Amino acid sequence: MNSILEVHELVKKYGATVAVNGISFDIKEGEIFSLLGPNGAGKTTTISVLSTLLAPTAGDAMIGGFSIRKDQLAIRRMIGVIPQELALYDDLSARENLYFWGSMYDLRGKQLKTRVDEILEQIGLTDKANQKIKSYSGGMKRRVNIGVGLLHRPRLIFMDEPTVGIDAQSRRAILDSVKSLNAQGMTVLYTTHYMEEAQELSDRVGIIDHGDLIALGTQSELTMQVGERETLVLHVGELDAPEEFVERLKILPGAEHVQRTDHEISINTPKADELLSPVVALSNELNIKLKSVDMQAPDLETVFLHLTGRALRD
Amino acid sequence: MNKILGIGWKEVKLAFRDRAGLILMLLAPMLLTLGLGLVTGSFNRSSSPVSGIPVVLVNLDRAQIGNAIVDTFASAELKDLMDPMLVSDAASARKMVDDDKAAAALIIPVGFTDSIIPNTSTGATGPLEQIELYANPTRTTSASVVKTILEGFLGQVEVGRISAETSVAALIDQGLIQPGDAAQLGAQIGMQQGVGLTANPAIALEQSTTSGSAAGFNALAYMAPGMALMFLMYTVSYGGRSILYEKQHGTLPRLMVAPLTTSQILGGKILGVYLTGVIQMLILIGASAVLFDLNWGNPLSILLVVLSAVFAAVGWGSLIVAFAKTPSQVANIGSAMMLTFGILGGSFFSVESMPGWYTILSRITPNAWGISSFSTLAAGGTLLDILPAVFALLAMGGVLFIISVVVIRRRGLFQE
Repeated sequence: MNSILEVHELVKKYGATVAVNGISFDIKEGEIFSLLGPNGAGKTTTISVLSTLLAPTAGDAMIGGFSIRKDQLAIRRMIGVIPQELALYDDLSARENLYFWGSMYDLRGKQLKTRVDEILEQIGLTDKANQKIKSYSGGMKRRVNIGVGLLHRPRLIFMDEPTVGIDAQSRRAILDSVKSLNAQGMTVLYTTHYMEEAQELSDRVGIIDHGDLIALGTQSELTMQVGERETLVLHVGELDAPEEFVERLKILPGAEHVQRTDHEISINTPKADELLSPVVALSNELNIKLKSVDMQAPDLETVFLHLTGRALRD
Repeated sequence: MNKILGIGWKEVKLAFRDRAGLILMLLAPMLLTLGLGLVTGSFNRSSSPVSGIPVVLVNLDRAQIGNAIVDTFASAELKDLMDPMLVSDAASARKMVDDDKAAAALIIPVGFTDSIIPNTSTGATGPLEQIELYANPTRTTSASVVKTILEGFLGQVEVGRISAETSVAALIDQGLIQPGDAAQLGAQIGMQQGVGLTANPAIALEQSTTSGSAAGFNALAYMAPGMALMFLMYTVSYGGRSILYEKQHGTLPRLMVAPLTTSQILGGKILGVYLTGVIQMLILIGASAVLFDLNWGNPLSILLVVLSAVFAAVGWGSLIVAFAKTPSQVANIGSAMMLTFGILGGSFFSVESMPGWYTILSRITPNAWGISSFSTLAAGGTLLDILPAVFALLAMGGVLFIISVVVIRRRGLFQE
């Protein structure tokens, strides 16, 4: 399969701050590729540079054979960008927004009208197309936001955390629409800090942290990087001696990367079933009530934890 | 070009869908004009915001027409509008204008009457003589009023002259008079029809009114453009604010990843602000003409002033955007500029009644040039009278645009 996007040693600095630190990867035509990483990892900056919104400090990327340094207009015709924040005109209706944005992508006349009608149908807003955007719910606005990015039938779509801050139903609809677009032949670069979304959607995943691409591959390739490690997740209530409990867990034989959140403690381990017994014994000794215990097979969260020592949502 | 037009038209739609914006763009200037009109009694057509215009008269002619001109400017009907001063030589008169002691000087040359009225015995007129109007460039409105009154007067004299020629020719054709009597009879008819008007000043004033000089000079004809131009400054700063607003709200970055150049985006935004300003001005002019029964003057000339005044105002709006960092900064600076330019540029009172330095300073504002042009046209002025102001406005806008674009590019306003 041909690569539609090839990124070579891409660097973006803001003064002394390095937002993207020499990353390289490629995306095959027809693929869904996810950039997975916590907030501030450099995902949005990467998309901004690849979509020609920002100039790279060093390195280059080729999209459909065009350089982001030299051929911005050619690239912009080929890509569709769905930004994280809503980028619509509130005082215009959905139809007017789509007409305006379509005209910015050289769509005219009957072709524009047909395409606007198709998008309205696709995002399920034909009936409310003439209402102003400001009267829409958050989920409806998101759908229009996505529709704008699809008007000109881009070969490559950049979707920057499109599910942030929306309800579960709208999130489900967006994930389904990503799969549907991909089924229609569109290539998708999807950024998220939700491991579940990357797992559900992606053919391949790049894990990014502090501007570095720390892992890249299919999900099975990535989980193989952490070996046979599993995760033991302890669901706890109010912790009477949390620090001592966590510190004691860390020194248990076989326990790796012990990570604590509000009501959970995750322990990365080669053999979760063997670790379970000493963990329960320790909780009894410290009089800590365990509400439940899960044993999880390796996933992208495990990979991230293994590679960085931190959870994705830290 | 289609994309620039598309962005421009989108700006216009957004501007006219903003209810708060509409209040400031259209309702506020209309209400202020109405309020000021009521306060100043301007709905009484005899009142005028321009009064006591100092005009220097030099009557070197000292014959019928020269004397009639002096009498017209000193007539009771023009007592409030004109403050004529008679001096004996042209140099002194010009100096008074140069010293800003007068809005204009009228120098009536020796033999002016003889150049128009045929000699009763020979039937011949003297060599062509022209009246010199020496205008004060800082008092264009007042000078324009003087010119209009003079033109009205001279027009009537011309009517008399042509009437006399026509009448005499007809009488000779019909054999009612001998050609030898033509000169004397023609002079008599001409005097009766033309110069004779000074014997009845009411007729002179009426003629002046017919030519549009007095009728348009209602205070509202001054206040309405004053308010419209002041709130035009709001519109251009609002439009400018939208660039920074769009940057904050994500639509500008989205435009920047569409197949557009930054010049197209900037051009479209500026076009949108410009069109909004033009539409605002035309609505205000149309509405005030209907609601206040104002005669703004020649429509094409009015349109030219609108187009050039909005161009200059948009230049100022662009300059604000070039230096401001946030939409609220643009709003604050824009409001301050709107009021400052309103006061400085004569939206509330005529700058011609202010000291010379104030008048000169007022010329940095589109308001001063615009008000002066609108007043001139309302007083019956022509396209030629307003051309200097139009060029000044275009030059102002051009210079401000160049500065703004340079600053915007240096600041990287279109960079994330």
